[in-house]
Amino acid sequence: METLEIIKDQKTAIKEPVSISGSQAVLEAFIAEGVHTVFGYPGGAIMPIYDALYDYNDKLKHILVRHEQGAIHAAQGFARTSGKVGAVFATSGPGATNLVTGLADAMIDSTPIVCVTGQVFAHLLGTDAFQETDVINITTPVTKWNYQITDATEIPHVLAKAFYIARTGRPGPVLIDITKNAQIQKIDYEGYKKCEHIRSYRPKPIVRKEYVEEAAKLINEAKKPFVIFGQGVILGKAEREFKAFIEKGGLPAAWTVLGLSALPTDHPLNVGMLGMHGNYGPNVLTNECDVLIAIGMRFDDRVTGRLDKYAKQAKIIHLDIDPAEIDKNVKTAVPVWGDCKETLPLLTKLIDKKEHKDWLNKFHEFTKKETEIVINDELHPTGEQLTMGEVIQLLNELTNGDAVIVTDVGQHQMVACRYAKFNQSKSNITSGGLGTMGFGLPAAIGAKYGAPERTVVAIIGDGGFQMTIQELGTIMQFGAAVKILILNNQFLGMVRQWQELFNDKRYSFVDIQSPDFVQVAKGYHIAGSKVSKREELKTALATMLDHKESYLLEVMVSKENNVFPMVPQGCSVSEIRLQ
Amino acid sequence: MSNTKNINDVSRSPSGVGGKLDFTITVYTENQVGLLNRIAIIFSRRKINIESLNVSPSEAEGIHRFTIVISETEDVVKKLCRQIEKQVEVLKAYHNTNDEIIWQEMALYKVPTDIIAEKVKVERLLHQHGARAVVIRKDYTIFETTGHREETEGLIKALEPYGLIEFVRSARVAIIKASNGFHEKLKEFEQTEPGEELVENEFLDKQDEVFTM
Repeated sequence: METLEIIKDQKTAIKEPVSISGSQAVLEAFIAEGVHTVFGYPGGAIMPIYDALYDYNDKLKHILVRHEQGAIHAAQGFARTSGKVGAVFATSGPGATNLVTGLADAMIDSTPIVCVTGQVFAHLLGTDAFQETDVINITTPVTKWNYQITDATEIPHVLAKAFYIARTGRPGPVLIDITKNAQIQKIDYEGYKKCEHIRSYRPKPIVRKEYVEEAAKLINEAKKPFVIFGQGVILGKAEREFKAFIEKGGLPAAWTVLGLSALPTDHPLNVGMLGMHGNYGPNVLTNECDVLIAIGMRFDDRVTGRLDKYAKQAKIIHLDIDPAEIDKNVKTAVPVWGDCKETLPLLTKLIDKKEHKDWLNKFHEFTKKETEIVINDELHPTGEQLTMGEVIQLLNELTNGDAVIVTDVGQHQMVACRYAKFNQSKSNITSGGLGTMGFGLPAAIGAKYGAPERTVVAIIGDGGFQMTIQELGTIMQFGAAVKILILNNQFLGMVRQWQELFNDKRYSFVDIQSPDFVQVAKGYHIAGSKVSKREELKTALATMLDHKESYLLEVMVSKENNVFPMVPQGCSVSEIRLQ
Repeated sequence: MSNTKNINDVSRSPSGVGGKLDFTITVYTENQVGLLNRIAIIFSRRKINIESLNVSPSEAEGIHRFTIVISETEDVVKKLCRQIEKQVEVLKAYHNTNDEIIWQEMALYKVPTDIIAEKVKVERLLHQHGARAVVIRKDYTIFETTGHREETEGLIKALEPYGLIEFVRSARVAIIKASNGFHEKLKEFEQTEPGEELVENEFLDKQDEVFTM
């Protein structure tokens, strides 16, 4: 009887084809893929989809942004806190071209995004029609995959492919351009079928056991093993596996900017940040370790400094899901291809339980020196003016490291990454690879929708905030309770720092003026305040955090502080400067 | 040169600068609009000039075959192939030096018929170069020859004194000597591994909820 029941159920599940429009098919696909929030902006060529959206209001929340760049950055923030695919709607022409920065950002930071853009009628393609742009060709270098639909019958399976490609393997942005006629066209819809296989696409390389064994052997023989990890650990949802691995091997581990928060800040084996503004020990000791184990990271130039002087003494093991990353920048001794969620446990099984106390202490000695020369002054300054570091430090005390920290790009970003405390993964949202100023505010809005139960603090500089300041309107209208913390040094600080250090203080166009941010926020009905005195800082931060809704706090910080340590461009990581 | 495994004279590029060799990249792909651009920009982004490019069907049904010739070091070519294979619609990319392949290029030459008719020498010349007439008209004759670059270029030089009107050469097509074709490989690609994908697919874990929505 039971079997019969099931068969009966299946029969009813296979519905008779229903006639729906291409636009409805798009929305059905989004819902079937588990999308519940879309960030977008309407326009002529995507009007049929927006018309259909009118009836889907209860199933699909649409956040109307103030600029398409804001939509895609919000989708990125959403994807990064939720671990799901971010979704975007935009119209043709300028709507689509406004997505390009976000696509490039998501591409280089491996963020799963599906963008649907409207396009002019198929018969108008190539005629320079109103708001027609060759979106497919413009976005080809900055998408993992893109496709133009001119016939609505393609919509269900192409969107299934889009979501599959965006979230599997090394994730990335996908753009689907749909001509207006296809959005209107009626199709016989037979239900949505998820994509599970594409002949030409291998999301994960097959794990080669012999490489895992070789890697384990190297780690077991190592006297000074050093783990460097990136976002691959987070994207692979392998935080637990990663922790088990380093704990068994007693392996000191340092993170890239995007790997931050995969391992709790106060974990005893967390030795800090890599790269240009990273910590002293991890940089110097990269050139002293005997086995360097790179996990889900891609040896970006900001991490490696001068390549021909990078870890030359070490045998390098590289774990990555993307075969194109192996040997791209740094030659590896053992490439461990595969998803680190699978490879890490295999490796953990084979490595000896060890503690590398003396080696770990070496990192601590460097930390001590860095604390004396750099960190103390940054976190506990004696001067009158506030430092960015002390703001972050106070924020840590108040949030206890449980907040999602979204940053923009520049000095404040480096300071936040260096000093913010994290207890859980997916908590550090920043534009790492592309370095997109203006990312912070919209990404924070998306981050809040991706993790509504968590406190989201957007730390943004006075320059970057003005690049996407219009998204305050999105907050006003839809109420994302984002805490905006502006660290205002009245300069484009990072460029100013370089001009000070390398261009004889020739401050060329870094002196940026700002409006009264608190007043601007007020114009958007967002509460706010401004502080410049140390004694007011803690209360101000607490007020911001306690406020139920969005809140803007502008903190005036020292104008000409520099971020140190620093590996100057063209220098080796061991030539890192403390001052 | 140390990083290249083969430095035979045949595979040395005409310029031969900095250990660069002629490499023939063979790419097996799906047939999709826009893929040519996706592959081409992998080269242009790195300011690498494509010497020759040919797209044609392959031995496997529904699978297209790109034949791309560039002059680069093997290290760079390997990285390029990985970037090419990373594209969703690409199944496989191989790279080979000239001595690992059999390759040909075709060339067409248009010459004035009256001169050909007058000067017997020209005809002999064409025979020497293995050229054959494709079209003979009163005003011009079109010859065709197939061979390596030096051969097709040799005939240009030889024809120039007799008033070569027009010349064109096709891209290189190449067969890899050691290849068994793509049929077997394709079977591998067509295998689905639902078990593995399931683990990875977070939404499929909640299949029931998703499909009843």
